[in-house]
Amino acid sequence: MHELSATQNILHIVMDHAERNHADSVSAINLVVGDFANIVPDCVGYYWKIITEGTIYADAVLRFDRRPAIFECDDCGSQFEITREMTACPQCGSDHVTFISGDELLVESIEIVRNEKEK
Amino acid sequence: MTSIKVPIIENILEANDFVAEENRKIFSDHNIFCINIMAAPGAGKTALIVKTIELLKDKIRIGVIEGDTASVTIDSDQVVMAGAPAVQVTTAGECHMDAMMVRKGMEQLPLDDLDLVIIENIGNLICPAEWDLGSHANALVASVAEGDDKPWKYPNIYRNLDVLLITKTDLIPYVDYDIDHFKSGVEILNPGLVTFPTSAKTGDGFPAWTEWLSKKTKAAAEK
Repeated sequence: MHELSATQNILHIVMDHAERNHADSVSAINLVVGDFANIVPDCVGYYWKIITEGTIYADAVLRFDRRPAIFECDDCGSQFEITREMTACPQCGSDHVTFISGDELLVESIEIVRNEKEK
Repeated sequence: MTSIKVPIIENILEANDFVAEENRKIFSDHNIFCINIMAAPGAGKTALIVKTIELLKDKIRIGVIEGDTASVTIDSDQVVMAGAPAVQVTTAGECHMDAMMVRKGMEQLPLDDLDLVIIENIGNLICPAEWDLGSHANALVASVAEGDDKPWKYPNIYRNLDVLLITKTDLIPYVDYDIDHFKSGVEILNPGLVTFPTSAKTGDGFPAWTEWLSKKTKAAAEK
């Protein structure tokens, strides 16, 4: 629920790399978002439109690679996903479980466009 | 026209984490122990902080950074009355504090004359979990009145805690709160987490909590 600040941070990272690579515009932004990062993609898209209006970033497509929250059972070794509420191991019922992954919040890559230079 | 893919792989919160790391170093350079206190609205953060100041102020020099969503000074007024310098940082409606807000608060505190800085975060169980502020320890205040299912419903905030304070234990006879169910959820997410059941009303649990906090503060001063 802090999509505005997250979106502003995404823009800073994108601007930095777009300028360094002499982009004339940015066509796509590939993001990795874990379920435990608590980010709603639609909200990021909404804020993106507002904060990039009139810039070379405004038309970029935001692609979200969603990663599930994965836990592993310390007792039986099985891995399972948590989608909403926390649960004990669904295989053996054990409370001894370890968080494995699912809190990623990354800009993975961007796709930039360079206009052909006049000769 | 050419289209090029630029690989990046950069953490979206990296700028925040960088400032947080600097904050931690500034606190450490001043031999200060900093603790970030998170909770849901109404869990009793301010009551806990006020009582903690009253019990420790003769032994430890304490400063408080109060996070608030709007510029009401109810919380910081209470802290000042309890005898600690407090600065208020408003987040302009944002749901969490970030490292830069904490930096602004630090700049207004007399860091040379402090041993312990307490950050009172915004009341929220979701967003504050994501933002490193540069504290040395993260604490969660969870009142029994909120219910025993909170670790199960808000798992993320329990993962990065160093200490847990169960508050309002004087209400246990009046609410449906199974402390074992609560603790089993915590145990899944953060095995062996240091936990203090407390009541600011009766003072129960405060000797153990303030002793823990004093020890941490002393250890930071001796580094």
